Amino acid sequence: MTGTATPEVISVRNVSKKYKDSLALDNVDLTLEGGKIYGLLGRNGAGKTTLMSVLTAQGFQTSGEVRVFGHRPYESDRVLGRICFIRESQKYPDDFTPAQAFKAASMFFAGWDQAFADRMVEEFQLPAKRRIKKLSRGQLSAVGVIIGLASRAEITFFDEPYLGLDAVARQIFYDRLVQDFAEHPRTIVLSSHLIDEVANLLEHVILIDKGRILVDEDAESIRGSAVTVVGPAALVGEFTAGRSVLHRETFASLASVTIDARLSARERAEAGELGLELAPVTLQQLIVRKTMAATGTDLSVGERDSDAELEATK
Amino acid sequence: MLIDDSRPIFVQIAERIENDIVDGALAEESQVPSTNEFAAFYRINPATAAKGVSRLVDEGLLYKKRGIGMFVAAGARAKLLERRREEFFRQYVQPLTREARKLGITSEQLTQMLGRSDSGTQLPEGSVAQ
Repeated sequence: MTGTATPEVISVRNVSKKYKDSLALDNVDLTLEGGKIYGLLGRNGAGKTTLMSVLTAQGFQTSGEVRVFGHRPYESDRVLGRICFIRESQKYPDDFTPAQAFKAASMFFAGWDQAFADRMVEEFQLPAKRRIKKLSRGQLSAVGVIIGLASRAEITFFDEPYLGLDAVARQIFYDRLVQDFAEHPRTIVLSSHLIDEVANLLEHVILIDKGRILVDEDAESIRGSAVTVVGPAALVGEFTAGRSVLHRETFASLASVTIDARLSARERAEAGELGLELAPVTLQQLIVRKTMAATGTDLSVGERDSDAELEATK
Repeated sequence: MLIDDSRPIFVQIAERIENDIVDGALAEESQVPSTNEFAAFYRINPATAAKGVSRLVDEGLLYKKRGIGMFVAAGARAKLLERRREEFFRQYVQPLTREARKLGITSEQLTQMLGRSDSGTQLPEGSVAQ
């Protein structure tokens, strides 16, 4: 997989989607390459599900162009057979059992691997013969995860596939995802709020907020791109002066400032000599900070107030 | 797990392999785990693991045998040791001597201290008695 060419599989140009009085997607431009695991991150209502729906012909954009494998998704049955969309609350016919859902999926997806599905049924301890409507929330999620992985579709969308899955089951999902992806490279778009859990699995990160793309970057270049400087307020202020500040907190005479910058070895040494502490920023923290900075929520004083306002306006 | 958030993962993977070469866990001409094995073990994206490995290939520390896998190149350990010694000088010795000068410690005293701390690694002086 080293150095394999990765042609574009999805292109989104100036796509907007209006619901009655709100803009769910606001002039979105994206290009997704094949053979990568993408993380689609953002708050509830940010536009993640709307975007995935448009890409899988389950919804239509108000304006703009979408191409999947070079085609408009809703105009080509051939496209739909190559993509798999596992929704957060995936619906199945009422009387179906998981086994029947798998059977249906096997007929739809040419790359379906029944043996792989069977192994995961065991691992998730899923009662495959019980009616789906009698399953627990976690078991329902497991059905979706199994279909999403065993279908081996060229593009698979997982929209928060983990609801109700316990920590062990989620680990099984991540492990199978990495292993199967390594053996059968394809494009995975994973939408998740559990960013820390999936951070290391992602090759590329897309952050969406209020229908707009805030971050569209290689995961590795994001890693270490921000740092939190902690120490006496005056020194921290001096050290971070002129830098792009993502977050600022003060406590008594101490300050903790997160800056959007990758420090050189020299700057790190300098911070050390000043007695300042440097703490790494996880992808999750960075996403939270960037989202808040974009919303203007992260005012160092009265952060709680503006959060409350945000809640109130919903 | 094992991977930290401060630096790119591929750099950390490359360093881990380097460490294994330096301390002999990966002997020269022995096979290195595949990128998929790295990915599964560290639970990271396989492309990221591949990037770490290919960095070492570019530096001539690993080489590829077609259809078999990656192997540690002959002379890799010596090359790494040389590089690490240079880093050691910059990272430890230079700040050490700088600080010593600040405190008025002569190079003779410094050498003496180094000797003391060297024997201290066997049996930490004072730490037991106090």
